[in-house]
Amino acid sequence: MDNELLNYTLRIADNSLILGQRMSEWCSKGPTLEEDIALSNISLDLFGQANGFYSYASQLDGNKSPDDLAFLRNEREFFNQQIVELENIDFGNTIVRNFLYDSYNFLFYSSLKNSKDDTLSALASKSLKEVKYHLRHSKNWLIRLGDGTEFSKQKVQQSLEDIWQYTHDMFSMDEIDNKMYKLNIGINNSHLKDEWDKIIDETLLEAKLVRPEDGYKAKGGKNGMHTEHLGFLLAEMQFLQRAHPNAKW
Amino acid sequence: MQNNILTMTEEKFQIRIDKEEKIEPKDWMPEGYRKHLIRQISQHAHSEIIGMQPEGNWISRAPSLRAKMILLAKVQDEAGHGLYLYSACETLGISRQELVSQLHSGKAKYSSIFNYPTLSWADMGAIGWLVDGAAIVNQVSLQRTSFGPYSRGMVKICKEESFHQRQGYEIMAQMAKGTSEQKAMAQDALNRFWWPSIMMFGPNDSDSPRTGNAMKWKIKRKTNDELRQEFIDKTVNQAEIIGLTIPDKDLKWNEQRQHYDFGEMDWDEFWNVVNGNGPCNKQRLNHHKKAHDDGQWVREAAKSYAQKQELIAN
Ligand SMILES: [Fe+2]
Ligand SMILES: [Fe+2]
Ligand SMILES: [Fe+2]
Repeated sequence: MDNELLNYTLRIADNSLILGQRMSEWCSKGPTLEEDIALSNISLDLFGQANGFYSYASQLDGNKSPDDLAFLRNEREFFNQQIVELENIDFGNTIVRNFLYDSYNFLFYSSLKNSKDDTLSALASKSLKEVKYHLRHSKNWLIRLGDGTEFSKQKVQQSLEDIWQYTHDMFSMDEIDNKMYKLNIGINNSHLKDEWDKIIDETLLEAKLVRPEDGYKAKGGKNGMHTEHLGFLLAEMQFLQRAHPNAKW
Repeated sequence: MQNNILTMTEEKFQIRIDKEEKIEPKDWMPEGYRKHLIRQISQHAHSEIIGMQPEGNWISRAPSLRAKMILLAKVQDEAGHGLYLYSACETLGISRQELVSQLHSGKAKYSSIFNYPTLSWADMGAIGWLVDGAAIVNQVSLQRTSFGPYSRGMVKICKEESFHQRQGYEIMAQMAKGTSEQKAMAQDALNRFWWPSIMMFGPNDSDSPRTGNAMKWKIKRKTNDELRQEFIDKTVNQAEIIGLTIPDKDLKWNEQRQHYDFGEMDWDEFWNVVNGNGPCNKQRLNHHKKAHDDGQWVREAAKSYAQKQELIAN
């Protein structure tokens, strides 16, 4: 059970870390100074969440420190969803990705806060407050961009089409998920789908955007199957820890 | 007659200054005072903003979760300082958009220290310790500046800057007692950032044409050389404690002056970097312009959305 709980916790931690890393790439590149600060805030929240979940994972592991878990695992040992590792491309693309993921993440934590596992429940409650704000942020921007200029509308519609394939895996269940769900520790992702659809459809309507058709469905992030982007992200993020294995920072 | 009135007002203004009264945006002020403030505050604001880049360069590579959060929060603080200072500047009757275009055209300057590259993690230590450290010395004296919004801004900003300084020093201390490679990186960072840091205080007083009015109007409270000396005096000991060597063979305690004597700065380099010919001048400005240009469609969309909403509301 411990191993499965560890894996389950790492999935959450990895999602937060990798999206946090992506969001931090916006620093000094935001469309306005105010927005630059807002994006850094989101990134800081996500790093804080990652730190919380890694600390718990480290405890469950009994051997590796939170930093070991973040900086010394390889691509195939990362269990985040693919949607969070996608490159930022541009502001609209980031907003679309975040909106699709934030909507899920909000529902995920809303449910995980009822976990029988006290630590996961506490971490989920704390994260939920922050993720509510993230969702409001990405949702409001999506509406502004969708209902902004003709150019911005086309741009974010294209981003929606490009990213849609990565949304399906958020609702999948594998053996570990099932086991955790049975024990009332984890949640049933597939149960989030209806609520998610509702948030998405309502927002797209308000943003005057069109829900993409389902096509290819990417999957496997939680089992260590990733896009080509993750390797580069990790190479950069882990460089110092890898280059100086005996150093303390 | 006209001239007389003008002089009378300037006299009154000077009396207020001499009584240490704060000047507020709506108060009468000489045109030269306003101009000087706009130049100085905008230069300060641009420095905060351009200064995000050399440290931003290492956020993605910070070596621990803690280091990552501290660095990102620091850079975000600097963005906040920039925002705050732009607002202070706007009270003088200039828009943020104008200020940014002055930055892009090269009319407005920012601190030359940010035109040096950050080449190792130790540079995050050196910048916090030395660059924020130098900024604090300057900004503490500016807490008493005569323009109210600027003075209040400095009080708020200085608190955060001292966090930055301590965090930077902590990185240096940690690396200086780390592996031999870490120690070498720390020393190398000090070597590269020492002289540019003490040049942050600007030219020697004897070569600083604008100091006169700025001191009279109490915009500036201490001269460049006074501030530089203060910084050096407090920093030498900090380097000793962590076992790093300041790269100045002329650095020596002067018993009589009760200050450190120090070597001559490379003024050719100083003026070159000020005038656009430093290692990263083009890179920093291009980065800022690119972010601005890339954000154009986003700002336009937001504006257009806001206009539509207003139409609906009315
Ligand atoms: Fe500063
Ligand atoms: Fe600052
Ligand atoms: Fe600072």
